[in-house]
Amino acid sequence: METILVLTHTDETGSALSKASLEAVIAGKDLAVRLSAPFIIGIVAADAAAAASSLASTGARLLAVSGEAFAQARYATDAAAIEAICHAANASIVLVPGTSRFTRVAAGVAHRLGGFIDTHVTALGSTETIEVTRWFYRQRIEAVLTRDARPWFLVLDAGTHTAFAGESGAVQVEQVVVQLPDIRTIVSGLRAPATGAQTIRPDAKMLLVAGAGWTKKQPDGQIHATEAGELILGFLRATSASLGSSKSLVDQGGEGEPVLPFLTHMNQIGQTGSTPRHAKGLSTCCHGEEPHVVGWRFIGDRRAISLDPNCGWTRGKADVVYIADAFQVIAKVNELLDAKKA
Amino acid sequence: MANILHIVVCAGIVPDPLQTLEPMTGQTGPGLKNEMVLPAVLDPWAASALYEAASLAAKSPGSKLWLVSLGPKAKLQQVMMTVAQKAAFELVPIDGPIGGFPDAHSTAAVLAETIAALPGLDRSKLLLFGGWESATRGAGVTLQLVGERLGITDQFQGVDQIDVRGDGSFEVLERVEGGKHQASICIGTPAVLGWATGSLAEPRNNPQIGMGNMRTIMPALQKAKTVKLEGNGLRYVSVSLPKQQRTTRVVKDLTPDEVAAELVEWIGAE
Repeated sequence: METILVLTHTDETGSALSKASLEAVIAGKDLAVRLSAPFIIGIVAADAAAAASSLASTGARLLAVSGEAFAQARYATDAAAIEAICHAANASIVLVPGTSRFTRVAAGVAHRLGGFIDTHVTALGSTETIEVTRWFYRQRIEAVLTRDARPWFLVLDAGTHTAFAGESGAVQVEQVVVQLPDIRTIVSGLRAPATGAQTIRPDAKMLLVAGAGWTKKQPDGQIHATEAGELILGFLRATSASLGSSKSLVDQGGEGEPVLPFLTHMNQIGQTGSTPRHAKGLSTCCHGEEPHVVGWRFIGDRRAISLDPNCGWTRGKADVVYIADAFQVIAKVNELLDAKKA
Repeated sequence: MANILHIVVCAGIVPDPLQTLEPMTGQTGPGLKNEMVLPAVLDPWAASALYEAASLAAKSPGSKLWLVSLGPKAKLQQVMMTVAQKAAFELVPIDGPIGGFPDAHSTAAVLAETIAALPGLDRSKLLLFGGWESATRGAGVTLQLVGERLGITDQFQGVDQIDVRGDGSFEVLERVEGGKHQASICIGTPAVLGWATGSLAEPRNNPQIGMGNMRTIMPALQKAKTVKLEGNGLRYVSVSLPKQQRTTRVVKDLTPDEVAAELVEWIGAE
């Protein structure tokens, strides 16, 4: 019989569980019900009390590693914490939220326990065996796979499950003792890129994708990079959308061409960027495969503004393509949205 | 005094991103149709790691840079013709299967064993570099597993910057959620760094560096050990291309104002 362990950690507040952790709780709860398997949740936090009480209604056995050393996301301490929880739980299936904190350490811990790991899991199926769905070749090929070996660590992509929400209550938490390793790394904090506006918003409903066309010559024969930047930022302000970019636009900075100063490589989507999950996506001035095929794999409702009526990449990938000048359209969109707010 | 670093970059080879990929199942499991004839490139994120490593080695006199790459010998040779002109390194080729479907644990075992046996490598000076994910399997676990096998417990993933200080300590910026970096200071080597994009542009081809590299690359390729990767019980139930083909509505006859009005309505709709 399988035993399901879900690993969780707190968010930047230190008291609430991260959203991806809560999604993993739902995935684990569902799997435990389907397999009639014992269900355990492990918490890593400086102080796990508040996080644990929020899990009262799960009915799960709760294990926690607490202490100041676990306030920071660091390989040595996180790996030791997770390893201790896994030993205490003796689980055969370990579900891990796909956060930067836990994806950094999950494989290492799987190795320490003699187990195996698969990551970027987008769906969990179980009939006679547990089958997981994940993508290969940067979201171009989808595969369903299974393993007999245990323990099996499965890192779930964020956004693939709903987040757990339940009544808080009194719970019994088993504190797991960890032998602290030699700490050679100190986390000094978080830094936002020095580009002014924060344009990456993973929880936004909408993704705006800016392509290289924004900084190319316009019908008047001139480049209007400053105006393009203002229009894009105006759109982001009005919609609270997140900003993605094509590789070619980000790369232009290194090639001495006009740039949008708020873009960094972290905005990049596609082969060498991220594959974000948003309910809606609007692509502007993109004429390549990246945003439409790879970067948009997990965008629900997709629209594009393009001057090229024959752009092969939008056909079959976007739901609607407007053949129009993005400068004119976005300017008007911003105007209408501002008027609506006023 | 400058710090002497022994930097090992693990980098696979991947199909050129512009190629159309089609999965197929062969006798040994899933793979890509015409995989051996698809043009290949160095894995993009691992390539960032290589360029950052070369830059770091150049700033630290006496340092050494190895490039460990697992793939079919013939494909490695083809890719190295280009890569060799970008940065000076010693190639450590391993002749083995290509592609994203073999098990990452087996790949890591082979890489760790090879690195542990590198002549002249001082593991106390080791910086193990690679991409934080590959463009094939994209699991982001191989480097971690290699690090664990080599006993390295300072690991960083999604790295965009390393700044080595005079006392041997270094600051690392790792990508975290929300478009931010986590800054950490590690007291020194050994460490594992899985690179994201970094900050360096792709170096221009330098024929002199290429000629220097090729003197050692060809003999290394000839001597490359051949490995078989264990399956570790990994079984593929199905491998397929995504089927979602959307019915695209192409709107050609609206003015910008009309398009804007339609978009505003769409943006506001739940």
